[in-house]
Amino acid sequence: MSAYTDTLPAIRWPDAPKSAYDVVIVGGGGHGLSTAYYLATRHGITNVAVLEADYIASGNTGRNTTIIRANYGIPEAIRFYQHSLEMYQALEDETGAEILHQTKGIFWVAHTEMAMRTERARALMNTACGAKTFMVSPVELKELVPQVDLTGGGRYPVLGASHHVEAATARHDRVAWAYAAGASQRGVHVLQHTPVTGLLRDGDRVVGVETPNGPIAAGVVLSAVGGRITRMAAHAGVRLPVRTHPLHAFVTNDYAQGFGPILASTELACYVSQTERGQMLIGAEFDSQPSYSRQSSFAALRSYSYKITRLLPFLRDLRILRTWAGICDISADYSPIMGATGVDGFLVTTGWGTWGFKAIPAGGEGMAELIATGKPSALIAPFGLDRFRRDHVLADQGSAGTR
Amino acid sequence: MLWLDCPRCGRRPLDEFTFGGERRPTPDSITDPDERDFDEVWIFENPDGVTTERWFHSAGCRRWLTVRRDTSADVVVEVS
Repeated sequence: MSAYTDTLPAIRWPDAPKSAYDVVIVGGGGHGLSTAYYLATRHGITNVAVLEADYIASGNTGRNTTIIRANYGIPEAIRFYQHSLEMYQALEDETGAEILHQTKGIFWVAHTEMAMRTERARALMNTACGAKTFMVSPVELKELVPQVDLTGGGRYPVLGASHHVEAATARHDRVAWAYAAGASQRGVHVLQHTPVTGLLRDGDRVVGVETPNGPIAAGVVLSAVGGRITRMAAHAGVRLPVRTHPLHAFVTNDYAQGFGPILASTELACYVSQTERGQMLIGAEFDSQPSYSRQSSFAALRSYSYKITRLLPFLRDLRILRTWAGICDISADYSPIMGATGVDGFLVTTGWGTWGFKAIPAGGEGMAELIATGKPSALIAPFGLDRFRRDHVLADQGSAGTR
Repeated sequence: MLWLDCPRCGRRPLDEFTFGGERRPTPDSITDPDERDFDEVWIFENPDGVTTERWFHSAGCRRWLTVRRDTSADVVVEVS
């Protein structure tokens, strides 16, 4: 046994599902599992099942670029993601599982005066809301990230960057396992290969789920589904302001020299970091047209290979080792949707688009509190579905790091 | 999906086109305008299957096309 496998958390798998639970969570990704974990640890609710159609973290939890940051554009989002970032910093202590959390800092590069203005405003707003972010000059950036080409290949000159110092990365599947282990050791049933094919209704209320092995009754059903949320919500008669787009990412072979920070650019719509294995991880751009295809798109690979090699010329010497795509639920205002749906017994946590991984701890904590107490916490209340009816949308496309 | 068959320009790379969103059915009644407007602004059908949508040939003939596309595999079924 190596040190790496020694720290693998032990998940207790149940033999068979019960016929009824207090809470059924559809979707065994980060958000579903963290909600189950916090229900068990913070609220003592353990009669809970997490139903996963495939294996846990097989969806977007295991397909993202694992960046944890809080430098968003609106106060509601910054406070929420900063809380999540701080929960990530303490997650190894809390769960006892190693998630390979590393604080790296993210440099958000600006190539135009307009982008500089945006970054300056964002740095001030972030710092004011608790997410430490400072502006750095091109010279300072070159000192901190010597690999960067400040002329941007002549096409994308670097005028400056914002530096969000607490940004981090963590091993994504380990985060899911840590939560699954913690929840299952307290009695939560984590059931893999259990797709939910429909919802049980009693009048207007949702009272359980249909699976190929029969129905399971539930006091509350939470949909933590990624990608298939439109169909899941339609089972309850809920229509959502969500479109599903594939997002593409790739890793190269090992870069021996080490690349400490995370580098991102809104204009180039890509971000780069180095994995703990030394590979350069590059994402991420989503297709303009919605689809449910997880096929990597050549057009996306070509586009951001071109752009990122302007900024980091050393990447030209590396080869693309592996590419993949995840299907992301992009909400109409580029902010998540958490909470009630207007249908009794049916809650959603969705619209996680390209910003879901960093929100796993705070999203799960918020949903668990909502399920346990019936009231959304101040942190997640602005993200309710009713914001679209109240004209209180949280437009934050610029912070998504993609377009 | 890498190409689109423009009825005027022929087979052209997808980069030349701009996605214009789902084509909505024309409402047959205006008796519930608030609800209809809310849907029009915020709600997406987002189907997993064949859907009808609008594409703009922005770097070509600059005309709008109506495209039938299967979103489960991202393949074009019909262009008109």
